[in-house]
Order: sequence, then structure tokens, then C-alpha cells
Amino acid sequence: MAEAVATLAVSVWRGGAEGRFVGYAVPRRANQTVLDVVTYIQQRLDPGLSYRFACRVGMCGSCAMTVNGRPRWTCRTHVARVAGADGRIEIAPLANLPVIKDLACDLSAFFDKWAAARGSFVGTRTRRDDFARVSPAAPQRRAVDAAIECIGCAVCYAACDVVAWNPDYLGPAALNRAWTLVNDERDGAERARLSAVAGDAACHACHSHQSCTEHCPKSLSPTSSIAGLKRRTGLAALTGKI
Amino acid sequence: MSLAARLRGRTHAAYIAFLIHRLSGIGLAVFLPLHFLALGQAIQGPQALDGFLDWSRQPLVKAAEAGLVLLLAAHLTGGLRVLAIEAGSTRAMTRAVISLGLAASLAIALMFLLGVWS
Ligand code: SF4
Ligand code: SF4
Ligand code: FES
Repeated sequence: MAEAVATLAVSVWRGGAEGRFVGYAVPRRANQTVLDVVTYIQQRLDPGLSYRFACRVGMCGSCAMTVNGRPRWTCRTHVARVAGADGRIEIAPLANLPVIKDLACDLSAFFDKWAAARGSFVGTRTRRDDFARVSPAAPQRRAVDAAIECIGCAVCYAACDVVAWNPDYLGPAALNRAWTLVNDERDGAERARLSAVAGDAACHACHSHQSCTEHCPKSLSPTSSIAGLKRRTGLAALTGKI
Repeated sequence: MSLAARLRGRTHAAYIAFLIHRLSGIGLAVFLPLHFLALGQAIQGPQALDGFLDWSRQPLVKAAEAGLVLLLAAHLTGGLRVLAIEAGSTRAMTRAVISLGLAASLAIALMFLLGVWS
């Protein structure tokens, strides 16, 4: 894309829940990411700016922010993709999470909900047992494959209106995680997990409006995973399993 | 964040489909009492109902009815799409299916306007 202006006009959220946007002028460079812009501001213009990142290559999931109104992973979002010819970018913390300061949010609720959705594997074998043999072609294994690459960035959580409407809603990422475990044939906690995701503020609260799927930087489809949970919990309820 | 920025994450086809489904539902819910009122006329005797039916043949009323048919069709196709998603269809999540549902709804409303069923 042609570099329209040499300087970006960047507004960055400063403060906590109460705060304001502050403008910074940042030189535009080739192949610059939004995270590069934030880093430039922190290193050259205002060392007091708080934000999070770690890997810078789209693996850790810590750098998500709201860029021009959309939740995005900033380390893999090129400026050319979000800034128009006028070079304006607005960078805010993720929505649906309490702001600690500037661009850093408190993700406790997000991860607590993974725990509430029974998002950890419960093994049934001991170290003396042989490895489990799981066929890569099995339908359940394929369902896991489709949903497993989550990096826990909370982009989907910030994009979901149901999270905004009902703060207790477990949210797309936790439910997507639960779906991978429900399909893990080695796991021994299916019943508890299905009960955990069948409640009021869980899979059945999802409106299928796909904002999570639309924004997930890993191109996962939490909407499909949640639909799977809806079917699985429905079946479990009908057969008296939960 | 400005309202425009807030809306920006909600311009994708599936969100618009959700809005149409929700708004058509609300529209239908608002209309239902009027519908029952009209049916109630039938109980009060044929004259009242006939009077109402005459009134309802005016072009403006006809257009409003077509709007209602559109709401009903949009709500129906939207509901079928959500059912398909929940049954595991990924195709139902695509723009193509959303457009198809809207096109079908418009076609049904148009057919009503052209008097296909009267
Ligand atoms: S599909 Fe469900 S989880 Fe995803 S954004 Fe919509 S309501 Fe939230
Ligand atoms: S599902 Fe996607 S958007 Fe949500 S936390 Fe995982 S990687 Fe991020
Ligand atoms: S910094 Fe790790 S995903 Fe962006």
C-alpha cells in the first residue's frame, strides 16, 4: 500500500476506567505493526505508557487491544491494514474487561471463566499406563484440531456482546476450550464439564452472532464450538447424563 | 471510544443478520396485539370485520402489510439459519447463506405485494 503520510496521528487511551485519549505523532515505517507504534510511544515519547506484550510473533496472546474500534492482536496487525490515508489510529484497551491502566486490562475474569468451564484436562491414566492412541482421522480428534490453536488473547471475549450484556457469561474462549476437552477421548471429566457449560450464563446464552469468529486472530470458530456444546449438553440432558 | 468506532466491530454480515433477526422479532411482537385486535373485530360481528377489511384494502395499508410479511419472512429465515448453525452447519455461517435468506424474504414480500396469494 502506498504510504500516504509520513507521520501517524495516534490516539491512545490513558488512565483507568476514567481516562481520555491522548494524541501522539509517530513516524510511519514500512511493515510497521500496531505494537511497534505502541512501543515507539513508550520508548520515545512517554515512558509511563502501560501495555502488554511478550512474544511479538502471535503466540502468547498478550498484546490484544482495541484498534480503531475492533479488538485485534497488535503484534500481527500491520499499520497499513488499519490506518487510512490520513494515518489516524485509535488504540484503546480491550472491551469487556476492567482497565488497570492505559492499554493493560485485568484478565482475571477471563481466565477464571476458563476454570469455571472446567477448562483443564483431567487425565484417567497413570504414568505406568501406555500412551493413549488417538487416531488423527477420528471425528472427535478433528473437532479438537479445529478449535485447539487458541492463544488465549481475549479478542473474542472483547468482541462478544453477550459478555457485555451478561458479565457472568463464560464467553467464547472458555467455551471453545471446554469443547476441545469434551472431544478429548482421554479426558475423564466430561459430565462435570457438560454440567458446567450447560448453565444460564454458558453455552445456551450464545446468540450465534459470530463476532468472536469474525475477530479471532487464529481464525477459530468459537461459534461452532459453542454450537457443538449446545448439542452435546442437550443430548446429555435428554439421556439423563447431566 | 466514539460511537462510530464502537460500531466498527459490528459491521460483519453475521452481526447484521443478528440485528435483522432481532429487530424483525421486536417488530412482530409489536404488531401482534394489533393483529389480535383485528381478529377481535370478527367476534363483534361481520360488519365490524368487513369495515376493517375494506379499510385494509387501501394501498398504504397494503404496503404496511407487505412490510409485515417481510418481517415475518426475515424472522423465519433468520431463525432457520440459527437452527442450522446450532445443528453444526458451517455453511449457514457464510455470507452466501445470509444473503440467500434475505433475498428469499424480499421475494416473499414482493410476491405478497403482487398479490400472488390473493
Ligand atoms: S457467537 Fe456467541 S460467543 Fe461468539 S460473539 Fe456471538 S454470542 Fe458471543
Ligand atoms: S478463540 Fe481466538 S480470539 Fe478467542 S482467545 Fe482464543 S485465539 Fe483469541
Ligand atoms: S505479543 Fe504475543 S501474541 Fe502478540
